Amino acid sequence: MTTVPSKLYADDVSLLMVLIDTNPFFWSTVKNTFTFSNFLSHVLPFLNSILLLNQLNQVVVIATGYNSCDYIYDSSLAAPNQRAESLLGKLEEFVTRDEELSQQNSIEGVWSSLLSGSLSMALCYIQKVFRSGPLHPQPRILCLHGSPDGPGQYVAIMNSIFSAQRSTVPIDSCVIGSQHSAFLQQASYITGGVYLKPQQLEGLFQYLSTVFAADLHCRSFLQLPKPVGVDFRASCFCHKNTIDMGYICSVCLSIFCKHHKKCSTCGSVFGQAQTNVASASDRKRKTTET
Amino acid sequence: MNNFEHREINNGEGKRYTREEEIEEDEEDEDEGNGRGLDAWERAYADERSWESLQEDESGLLRPIDNKTLYHAQYRRRLRSLSSTARAARIQKGLIRYLYVVIDLSRAAGEMDFRPSRMVVVAKQVEAFIREFFDQNPLSQIGLVTIKDGVAQCLTDLGGSPESHIKALMGKLECSGDSSIQNALDLVHDYLNQIPSYGHREVLILYSALSTCDPGDIMETIQKCKRSKVRCSVIGLSAELYICKHLCQETGGSYSVALDEPHLKELVLEHAPPPPAIAEFAIANLIKMGFPQRAAEGVISICSCHKEAKVGGGYTCPRCKARVCELPTECRICGLTLVSSPHLARSYHHLFPITPFDDVSHSRLSNSRQKRPITCFGCQLSLLNQVNMPSPCVVCPKCKQYFCLDCDIYIHESLHNCPGCDSFRQSMSSSRTEE
Ligand SMILES: [Zn+2]
Ligand SMILES: [Zn+2]
Ligand SMILES: [Zn+2]
Ligand SMILES: [Zn+2]
Ligand SMILES: [Zn+2]
Repeated sequence: MTTVPSKLYADDVSLLMVLIDTNPFFWSTVKNTFTFSNFLSHVLPFLNSILLLNQLNQVVVIATGYNSCDYIYDSSLAAPNQRAESLLGKLEEFVTRDEELSQQNSIEGVWSSLLSGSLSMALCYIQKVFRSGPLHPQPRILCLHGSPDGPGQYVAIMNSIFSAQRSTVPIDSCVIGSQHSAFLQQASYITGGVYLKPQQLEGLFQYLSTVFAADLHCRSFLQLPKPVGVDFRASCFCHKNTIDMGYICSVCLSIFCKHHKKCSTCGSVFGQAQTNVASASDRKRKTTET
Repeated sequence: MNNFEHREINNGEGKRYTREEEIEEDEEDEDEGNGRGLDAWERAYADERSWESLQEDESGLLRPIDNKTLYHAQYRRRLRSLSSTARAARIQKGLIRYLYVVIDLSRAAGEMDFRPSRMVVVAKQVEAFIREFFDQNPLSQIGLVTIKDGVAQCLTDLGGSPESHIKALMGKLECSGDSSIQNALDLVHDYLNQIPSYGHREVLILYSALSTCDPGDIMETIQKCKRSKVRCSVIGLSAELYICKHLCQETGGSYSVALDEPHLKELVLEHAPPPPAIAEFAIANLIKMGFPQRAAEGVISICSCHKEAKVGGGYTCPRCKARVCELPTECRICGLTLVSSPHLARSYHHLFPITPFDDVSHSRLSNSRQKRPITCFGCQLSLLNQVNMPSPCVVCPKCKQYFCLDCDIYIHESLHNCPGCDSFRQSMSSSRTEE
């Protein structure tokens, strides 16, 4: 029952939800070139400049960790004229807590961060803003992400993307890792956001302020980066591998990388593999052609 | 007699539900600031029903109904019944459906008891239904059939593009002559017999007439549909007919009669979510499919579907690298079925539903007040009311996080993720009711 009330607020008032990747495993891999504190020195001026662009602008920061996610800054709760630097205390607390949690758990396989959790939290927050009445700022989500995709989060992330699309909330992504993120490419493509992988991280502030600072209304006048192709590959349910061709269960649409006798999701037992879903329409086409 | 009873029951059940929907819609209207601009005396009694939004308290005083808690309670009931049926039926859902929508355009469709006329209202609801259907059943197909002058006519072939169906329907809105269920069933049956064995065959008839003029024995046709496992459902616009009820009973469909436009809308949209698959209805199969990548904007290439050079967009078949313009489709070169993975992912929340949240009882609130968080985990809304007393909230049984009532509804109806479970690595693996 999501409703998108019409926006009576001036169209240049924004609510910016920033999701910061704090995954210690990611930051330890890029230590030599671009440190976490380096990164913050680019991000904080950017947040301050958003708040200065319009008095009514609002910034909320959510930290995406390896073991947990949490709100670390909300400009609507901060004291007047307080700058975004005040989030540093809460951020430090969060990072220590997150690290304590990882000592309890063994680290297995891919060290992705919990993007699905922070996206879900951001969307809940945005719904609260929608509910607050017809006068609300225009929300958008900005993911500053570096960790690789966690194929185990595929379903949860897709659910978040569709919910954002239904409420017309664009998801912008700025990928600071070495590889493209297929999840964020799809998120930005489906929700109409901007996907960018900066070439030179030393100039991160410039990228942020030229591409991601413009409000949704201004975007129609700007030449923003165009997607360099979107990776629409899916991940199979059996091994969580990313595949471009696979088998689909006709009952529940689960994806598998190879032929199975039984669907592990819905329990259906399969006959022999059918290569074509549209065999009937095929037949029909042939008869009309002859 | 039978007919009368049915409508009465329907009235009892259906009414309260529609009321709620209307209250919700009213609130939305207010947000949009249109349509509500009329003064009280200018509005019709029938849409207003202001007396229904009052209730009597213990001392006999009238007061407005607290819509929010009422709505939430109702949503909880719906959620609980949904999750219990889902658990009973495992997660088998007929997700590849082949549905023919049969629209009665006989003389009776011109009646004006629905405004401006039955056929206009039906067409409007069918349009909404088609969009909702493709949103919920990404790989399914719909075909449209009309009945006019006693003859059934195929308006559109089975296909997956909502726009082409809607366009065809809107261009053909005239009514005349008698109606024939048998002719429609015969036509649809022949088409549905050709579809692959794993598909679910369904017919949804929107019937305005009070009789059917058939060329032969309709009972035989009904048996034929039953043998071919075609599930037939009928939504009537006038009164209950024995033959429709019989048809639905025999083929496992549902029969209902619409009381008014909101009720009709509700009945039609009930057919959009996938019905629980009854194992014998379709044979499960693994289908080979490809997930093409979208090419970069600004690249020029020749597409295999129109045989034209196009700039930008387009998808590349993973097997033969041919370019196609739209998904879902079948590769013209190698025959592989091409879908976009987000297309499939739209239905995954049916497979991995999140567990319903538990109400936090008042006694538990006062006992463990110091331990209880003061904000909603999802949206950071304060869970205390104006007088600093705990307001109603819910808790996720898996991650033990507290949520406000609005988030509860949003999480279960639109988001389909628990923010709490997804935000803690330990609980990640167990967040969904998979096994
Ligand atoms: Zn696999
Ligand atoms: Zn399955
Ligand atoms: Zn091909
Ligand atoms: Zn909440
Ligand atoms: Zn949870």
